[in-house]
Amino acid sequence: MPHDHPDHDHDHHDHDHDHDHGPFHHEGMSPSGHPYRHDNDSPLTYWQRMEIAVRELLIDKGRITAAEIANQIEAMDARSPTNGAAVVARAWTDPAFKARLLHDASAASREMGFDIGPLNLIAVENTADTHNLIVCTLCSCYPRNLLGLPPDWYKTRAYRTRAVREPRAVLREFGLDLPANTTVRVHDSTADMRYLVLPARPAGTDTLTERELAALVTRDSMIGTGLPLRP
Amino acid sequence: MTDWDGRRWHDMGGQAAGPVPMESHDFALWEKRVDALMVLCGQKGLFTVDGLRRALEDMGEEAFETYSYYERWIAAVNQNLIEAGVYATEELAARMAEIAARGPTYGEAQDG
Repeated sequence: MPHDHPDHDHDHHDHDHDHDHGPFHHEGMSPSGHPYRHDNDSPLTYWQRMEIAVRELLIDKGRITAAEIANQIEAMDARSPTNGAAVVARAWTDPAFKARLLHDASAASREMGFDIGPLNLIAVENTADTHNLIVCTLCSCYPRNLLGLPPDWYKTRAYRTRAVREPRAVLREFGLDLPANTTVRVHDSTADMRYLVLPARPAGTDTLTERELAALVTRDSMIGTGLPLRP
Repeated sequence: MTDWDGRRWHDMGGQAAGPVPMESHDFALWEKRVDALMVLCGQKGLFTVDGLRRALEDMGEEAFETYSYYERWIAAVNQNLIEAGVYATEELAARMAEIAARGPTYGEAQDG
């Protein structure tokens, strides 16, 4: 597989030789509940040496500071599907917000305090008869400012090629078997245009608070490869 | 005549492929640094995401199949920075050699 990482070693729990300086410390468990990888004590690769060299040259030449790099990593680490879930839950509970989200998802997300950067973000709404799915066939474009970095499978050849050719078969691999009369719309992202699926609010959630609703919104439900959890 | 359909290798939408591998991993520090460097270089106008994409696409399909995502990204970031005149190839080579002498692991080599 193109994105396989054979050096992944979950059994090597040793967090203490991270020599990173600055505000970012990657300790404990990740937001997805996995231990962080521990490449810091595996043999130095050619590409890791290139990363170190490029970073140091940029710093030496005054183009970027070490603090800026640490801050950017911290900002990216803080982005996770819970951001998107908060937007979805707001749309489920506030019809005026939902209308603004469907009109301009970048502006509506900024309204909630999320840094969307220069992204053009479009929210596509799942309804009783339509299901939306997002992909980037050309590379790996993803609503990273709202969901964090994309999962590896999103960047694989298999997902990129097949999501637009046989989306129903792909969805079945994710455990989602849609009725034949459901319309499936696949949205191909670009660097300048990212999509977010607004999943349909699950039945039986009338009494839930916005916060409780957000807990039902999974990452995959906002990509379209899944549905929200049921209460 | 050739069988070429006019699409470059990365324009793969609609081709046949096997099952989606349901794998994921949490990113290592060096991978997060590559991502941060790309974002910051873009913010500072050193190159654009289009420049990154062009370098990634020019690497070709074999690189896509051989190297990991952020391995390809650091190569593309580096190429764009050299093209922009931020540093020279010789400076990169010298620095990479110096880094190799610091120690055998990323943890030992990561800070000069």
